[in-house]
Amino acid sequence: MSETSAGGAPRPRTIDVVNASLKRRYARERRFRLLGLTALVLGLLFVVLLFGDILSKGYTALQQTYIRLPVTFEAAVIDPEGTRERETLMRANYAGLIRNALRRAFPEVTDRRQVRALAGMISVGAPTHLRDMVLADPDLVGTTVEVSLLADDDIDMLVKGHIDRTRPESERRVDDQTLGWVERLEEGGRVQKRLNTVFFTHGTSREPELAGIAGALMGSFYTLLLTLLFSFPIGVGAALYLEEFAPKNRWTDLIEVNINNLAAVPSIVFGLLGLAVFIGVFGVPRSTPLVAALVLTLMTLPTIIIASRAALKSVPPSIREAALGVGASPLQTQLHHVLPLAMPGMLTGTIIGMAQALGETAPLLMIGMIAFIVDIPSGFTSPATVLPVQIFLWADSPERAFVERTSAAILVLLGFLILMNLTAVMLRRKFERRW
Amino acid sequence: MHSSTLLIVLLGLIGLAYQFGRRRAVATAGGTRHINTLHSLPAYYGLYAALWAGIPALLLLGLWSGVQDEILIAIVKSELPPAMIEGLSPGRVGLLVNDIKNLASGTIVSGAVTPEIQAAADRYVQLKQIAGWAMWLAVMAVALGGTTFAWSRTRPQMRARNRVESIFMVILVVFSSIAILTTLGIVLSVLFESLRFFQAVSPLEFFLGTLWSPQTALRADQVGASGAFGAVPLFTGTLMVSAIAMLVAVPIGLMSAIYLSEYAPRRVRALAKPALEVLAGIPTVVYGFFAALTVAPFVRDLGMSLGLDVASESALAAGLVMGIMIIPFVSSLSEDVINAVPQAMRDGSYALGATQSETIRRVIIPAALPGIVGGILLAVSRAIGETMIVVMAAGLAANLTANPLDSVTTVTVQIVTLLTGDQEFDSPKTMAAFALGLTLFAVTLTLNVIALQIVRKYREQYE
Repeated sequence: MSETSAGGAPRPRTIDVVNASLKRRYARERRFRLLGLTALVLGLLFVVLLFGDILSKGYTALQQTYIRLPVTFEAAVIDPEGTRERETLMRANYAGLIRNALRRAFPEVTDRRQVRALAGMISVGAPTHLRDMVLADPDLVGTTVEVSLLADDDIDMLVKGHIDRTRPESERRVDDQTLGWVERLEEGGRVQKRLNTVFFTHGTSREPELAGIAGALMGSFYTLLLTLLFSFPIGVGAALYLEEFAPKNRWTDLIEVNINNLAAVPSIVFGLLGLAVFIGVFGVPRSTPLVAALVLTLMTLPTIIIASRAALKSVPPSIREAALGVGASPLQTQLHHVLPLAMPGMLTGTIIGMAQALGETAPLLMIGMIAFIVDIPSGFTSPATVLPVQIFLWADSPERAFVERTSAAILVLLGFLILMNLTAVMLRRKFERRW
Repeated sequence: MHSSTLLIVLLGLIGLAYQFGRRRAVATAGGTRHINTLHSLPAYYGLYAALWAGIPALLLLGLWSGVQDEILIAIVKSELPPAMIEGLSPGRVGLLVNDIKNLASGTIVSGAVTPEIQAAADRYVQLKQIAGWAMWLAVMAVALGGTTFAWSRTRPQMRARNRVESIFMVILVVFSSIAILTTLGIVLSVLFESLRFFQAVSPLEFFLGTLWSPQTALRADQVGASGAFGAVPLFTGTLMVSAIAMLVAVPIGLMSAIYLSEYAPRRVRALAKPALEVLAGIPTVVYGFFAALTVAPFVRDLGMSLGLDVASESALAAGLVMGIMIIPFVSSLSEDVINAVPQAMRDGSYALGATQSETIRRVIIPAALPGIVGGILLAVSRAIGETMIVVMAAGLAANLTANPLDSVTTVTVQIVTLLTGDQEFDSPKTMAAFALGLTLFAVTLTLNVIALQIVRKYREQYE
């Protein structure tokens, strides 16, 4: 080849050009590949970081600090007349009992202000606990019992090590005096950490140590149940009609484009719709699982319809032809033969839609689920909040102890989501059929 | 309470109607032996009766529960002493009605309880009880009437299956038009309120004004609360946060999609792909928490150590976390389109001596570009509409700034803050939220339509 160039410098052979550039090209190849790997690792790193962060913040919420004190149920304080009437027992000054118990534990504290600070170490919910004890067993009156009293959230944070004891007093939420008391209690073995049952059995509260997710969980349960009841039949029915019965015309085209677009409409817009239409026009009561379920139904419908249509599409036409051939009506063909075969796919789509609905927050803020509701909801029309909104509200609270509870609530939410998604995957694995 | 027990009783009645219809059909045919003279299977006669029992009664129940309260309130109001309502603004009357309702349900009322209000509340409770019983009677009567009608119509010649099926088809059509109704509902609800807003504030000021301060005066004599509705700072804030998010999500998402589809060994792919998609399943409120409590302080501390002044609610932190949220969205959409590029194109490029990365950059990416662009547009629309991350991690102050370390606010944040406080339904503040919602809906819809169009067109090329 090189001989062909007549005169002047010999033209370089193509193979030489290629060989000369090979090293550079291979280096670029390696760089590109490394870049891709870096991107993937980075993405996975974010997953790990996110879960690690929330786990590390939230796991301590599983335990709660209690202070164990001998409490004397003084008859003079609880029931001076000795009637043992329920009414009297209900109204007695249990906070006073706790104060007396603390005063006995710290005999040197006499100043009124200091006694109040001492009582501040115990949660404001502790007197209720004592009351319940007495109401359950009135014979306690007059005896002295070792009682584990719920500690205040600041003490809880201190014991768990979230408040640095070595920092100067001015930068700490717990002053030196209280710190000294806590350390004395710790030395006496009176500070104990127990499983945090309050978190799973109580509604929310302004006091972190008394705040629980039971109310939000029930709200989420009612909301999700209604959403499922609304969206599953509607979604499956719509998919059935659009996939199997609808004539191919402009109208069905429009519906199709519509469903695809609805799936991508920002969720907050559905909240506006709920506020203006369901609450404004139809007068559905605010802050209830009912109105939340209506909004979430509209949001999850596209997901369910799209998944159900895909499931229907995967059922081979021979099934339909055979059914029609033995004399089934078109609707019988669908309901008796096609639908049962498509059901696993539809259920998978529905579970995924429900998982979305469970995690949805923004539209629910618009329809009043943000209200502060202490009671555990008892039905579809009682005021309620849901788990993600509870997380949002707690995340906004300034108390350090709420960080831990928020993270724990997130862990519970993620747990449910993982469970739902795993169920969907299992369903798909188990029932997926290749025709 | 009353209506939910009624619902359960009604469901029981429907079940009974089914049994009655079925038995009646068998009986009219002359017993189980002559069942072949029936036009349809006996179950269809049962369904026919059940539908006649259920549908009219359920419709009545729904309608009744919808309007009952308004009618009762109207009656109670008309019976109030005229001196009480005279000269009161509609808002005041509404408060009065609320007081009456609260008193009736036994909760705390805002004002002092006058004997008139107490009387009205008692009347309301009484009326409510009467209405409750009337509803029971009416619904039961309709259900029984429907069953009787179906009973009387049941004959062996009646085409029960055809009738039941046509009712089912109507129900299916209604179900499938709910999607259209939803869109219509969204458009109408935001449009209606926005039009009222634009009567108070000119669209020019809204779309071009640079001052956003929606605090309007509650009383006319209040100072410094005139309210300004220039939404430009919100738009720029939204754009900045979304841009930061895309700067994070597009390179990472696209490159990991390329790696997963072209380089990764099968086993890595089987593990890494679902792990990355976990990010898509995490609720946005969790990202918001992560952004506000972990990333924002980290960004601020990092900036401080570099001698930069970073706001504690910086656009950067919110954008970064939003980017993380969008990664799986970009990567799975890009992977789909990259996988859709025919293998022949890759083989052709390799045959010419190109390396794998050259093939990807010169052949696959250009071929997949429209699909990738479509996917990115969908991701942008998602970033613009994202709410919880910015509500929790971005600020409330509407700053017109280009500095990502500053605090900015977004359209969605303002919608949430305008609508979650306590205010009446008609104030310009509330209506402004709907105007913002309309803008948001219009922008995201346009992006979605364009993106879906591009993706669809591209798919057709290779199929």
